[in-house]
Amino acid sequence: MAKFTLQVNGQSRSVDVAPDTPLLWVLRDSLELVGTKFGCGVGMCGACTLHLNGVPTRGCMTPVSTVGRKQVTTIEGLSADGSHPLQKAWCELDVAQCGYCQAGQIMTAAALLKENPKPGDQDIDDAMAGNLCRCATYLRIRAGIKLAAAHGGGK
Amino acid sequence: MSTPTFANRSIDRRDFLKFSALAGGGLVLGFYLKSAGSAFAAEVVKPATGADFKPNAFIRIAPDGVVTLVSKQPEIGQGIKTSLPMIIAEELEVNWKDVVIVQGDLDAAYGGQSAGGSRSTPNNYNEFHKLGATARTMLVEAAAQTWGVPATECRAASSAVHHAATKRTLGYGELVAKAATLPVPPTADVQLKDPKDYKLLGTRIGGVDNPKIVTGQPLFGLDTKLPGMLYAVYEKCPVFGGKVVSANTDQIKALPGVKDAFIIEGTSNLSGLMPGVAIVADSTWTAFSARKQLKVTWDEGKTANDSWDAFTAKATELSKQPGTATVRKDGDVTAALATAAKTIEAAYSYPFISHASIEPQNCTAVFKDGGFEIWAPSQNPGGAQGAIVSQFGVAKEKVLVHLTRSGGGFGRRLSQDYVVEVAAIAQKLNGAPVKLTWTREDDLRHDQYRAGGFHFLKGGVDTAGKVVAWQNHFVTFGSISAGRGNDTTMALRPGSGAGLDGDQFPSRFLANCLTEQTVMECGIPMGPWRAPGNNVFSFVMQGFIDELAHAGGRDPLELRLELLSQKSGGNYDAARMIAVVKLVAEKAGWNPKKFPRGQGQGIAFHFSHQGYIAQVAEVTVSKEGQVKVDRFVCVCDVGAQIVNLSGAENQVQGSIVDGIGAAMFQELNLERGRITQGNFNEYPMLRMPDAPAQIEVHFLSTNNPTTGLGEPAIPPVAPALCNAIFAACGKRIRQFPLSRTDLRWS
Ligand code: FES
Ligand code: FES
Repeated sequence: MAKFTLQVNGQSRSVDVAPDTPLLWVLRDSLELVGTKFGCGVGMCGACTLHLNGVPTRGCMTPVSTVGRKQVTTIEGLSADGSHPLQKAWCELDVAQCGYCQAGQIMTAAALLKENPKPGDQDIDDAMAGNLCRCATYLRIRAGIKLAAAHGGGK
Repeated sequence: MSTPTFANRSIDRRDFLKFSALAGGGLVLGFYLKSAGSAFAAEVVKPATGADFKPNAFIRIAPDGVVTLVSKQPEIGQGIKTSLPMIIAEELEVNWKDVVIVQGDLDAAYGGQSAGGSRSTPNNYNEFHKLGATARTMLVEAAAQTWGVPATECRAASSAVHHAATKRTLGYGELVAKAATLPVPPTADVQLKDPKDYKLLGTRIGGVDNPKIVTGQPLFGLDTKLPGMLYAVYEKCPVFGGKVVSANTDQIKALPGVKDAFIIEGTSNLSGLMPGVAIVADSTWTAFSARKQLKVTWDEGKTANDSWDAFTAKATELSKQPGTATVRKDGDVTAALATAAKTIEAAYSYPFISHASIEPQNCTAVFKDGGFEIWAPSQNPGGAQGAIVSQFGVAKEKVLVHLTRSGGGFGRRLSQDYVVEVAAIAQKLNGAPVKLTWTREDDLRHDQYRAGGFHFLKGGVDTAGKVVAWQNHFVTFGSISAGRGNDTTMALRPGSGAGLDGDQFPSRFLANCLTEQTVMECGIPMGPWRAPGNNVFSFVMQGFIDELAHAGGRDPLELRLELLSQKSGGNYDAARMIAVVKLVAEKAGWNPKKFPRGQGQGIAFHFSHQGYIAQVAEVTVSKEGQVKVDRFVCVCDVGAQIVNLSGAENQVQGSIVDGIGAAMFQELNLERGRITQGNFNEYPMLRMPDAPAQIEVHFLSTNNPTTGLGEPAIPPVAPALCNAIFAACGKRIRQFPLSRTDLRWS
């Protein structure tokens, strides 16, 4: 066990866990931030996507000991009140089916829009290829990203 | 764009109880539903005051006008938590923004609560109309009495009752106290709305949990957290049903953070409590880490040498003999084949696949005072209770089941293996709450699989290209088991979803048609996978129909319509199918000849789960054999009324992409009695770049009962796709996944 102080969604949070604990499980079990999901544990599904200093990162593949002072942003911290253009677009288009993958989808899409505020079809498919949606809501995810982009989702 | 509204939100049960207790004087309409059978006539509960609040209520209206509706069915992504309450809200004439939805726990007062077979809508549709209409009738009566006018002069609309003559209005909240004193009218006196007056049904309503989903609030089984909760993993034998001989549990118990480790003897029930070793720790990761040190000696049992390759060879051998069972026989196929102008033969096959719901199986339980309380992402909470009752010999009343949202179901969560596992662990811990988390590897290697299968077909056409003979010998998988219902005789029977009945089209539509079946005994757990059986049978039947169309020089659409017009039988309404087939051809602009080589159009239809579905696929196949799905057009007849247009369209689009993914990529291999794949790196699933650019969904409303949409749209997907691939490049797909067929062309 070791003590770590993390910067999560703008707050300083201290945890005492094994150094190899993936950030995913620190968030879920220690910090009670369960929006970041477990789907595969090997970096293949994207359900655990969060941002480290704004870069989309697999929480399941990130040992807590490697996080340091980097800013951790999870779906809970993407906006204060669910008002990020992607969150609004997801509600407006009713993207989710089971919804389990959608936090990861939104976090990946948010990073895409930051880098490329007006992504084309190919840009979207390329950026989102690491995020599985078992319910196969891919068409609405594409539409949601476009709608958010139209509403300035990259800002 | 609107900000996600929390007005029509879902609240959890604790909030609901709190809220109910605060809202004294609310009108509670409780309806005991008969749990047996689908036709649950409402027996009436006495009107209750706030103090008398009963959790068997579906409807609660508070003095502030907030309407709380219970969603009793498990939500697994099929949208039922939104759609069933919409039915009540429609009849209740309540503004949707005034509605709060609460997830019901398992409760006999709600009637059946299993979400399977696309039955949630048809089983509840009529009754939910009555529930809403009854409440509305009482509110109208309350207003009429308040004003001293006849109820017939009053009208409910927008969460209020209006008296037009005197221009008076009373909001529902204001009517609560009065309505709560009124007797509940007999159902016969309650007038349902005329469908032409629907304001909510058939519109697009966003899922009630959407605001929580997009902000990452706790909702799912795996999000469950209880005070003092421990975290468990459970290791089972990689060969299904293998027993534990010994394990280094003492060594595991000594690891930091590990609270306990023990062997569970288990049973031989492959969908129940299988033998294994439990590790309980202070966090999920501690449990996962400790498991890496676990060493178990297994008795792998008698299936430890089984392999897919051996089963494939055996199926081919068996195909040379007649089937061991005749499923259905019409006319004389042998004679018809002998006199046909042209005959063809084909062998179709498909592998075992996993449900791979994105949320791995998990469940939380506490065992206290001789009873269980569980929090289950389950499609079948009653089944979960029943499994615990029979496994542990406790009374039904001693098993409380809370329902969480599920991260996908697809039939997987109808099985209770993960539920009884956590219950066994909780019982050992005696008092401490514990959450069992399966890894993805557990999930892929211990699924209740969609069965693989082999079909050996012969068909004949006459000189006009008319189908005159059809023979299918199905070689499938099964085990020695009891029959359905009261049939307790033990015999070799097909596994769940692995039996062919005599109703699969074109059976019943042809004068000479033979369906035979041979079961190969295996030790692989099988379970319902979205449209069980149908999801593969349609691939076979609609593929071979296409082959016969080409053999006879007929247009695949025209031949299908001819087959459908021959005769029909049982519960298959050929006229409904003809209508959707014609409409999909029109919507898609059916004209296979217009496509250049390398592009093609394919058509298929299928009836299952009371739904009549037809689809046209358009694909491009590159010279290198790469398939790109350009477009899907789908027409569905699921009766008179689409409940939630947004949810319905999402289900159909999802089914189409799911069907493409299963056909293109999914395959499990069995070697030495075990599944060789462990995670998504070895078990590819469809990702966004392979999803079609365009999927058009049309609903054909017909004067038939409203039925479900979770499943029926998936069976025609694979054959429409494969028929389009044949049209594009002349390569016939008779085997899943697609990668097993060389699609290169020049
Ligand atoms: S859980 Fe991290 S990528 Fe799947
Ligand atoms: S919505 Fe269910 S996995 Fe994406």
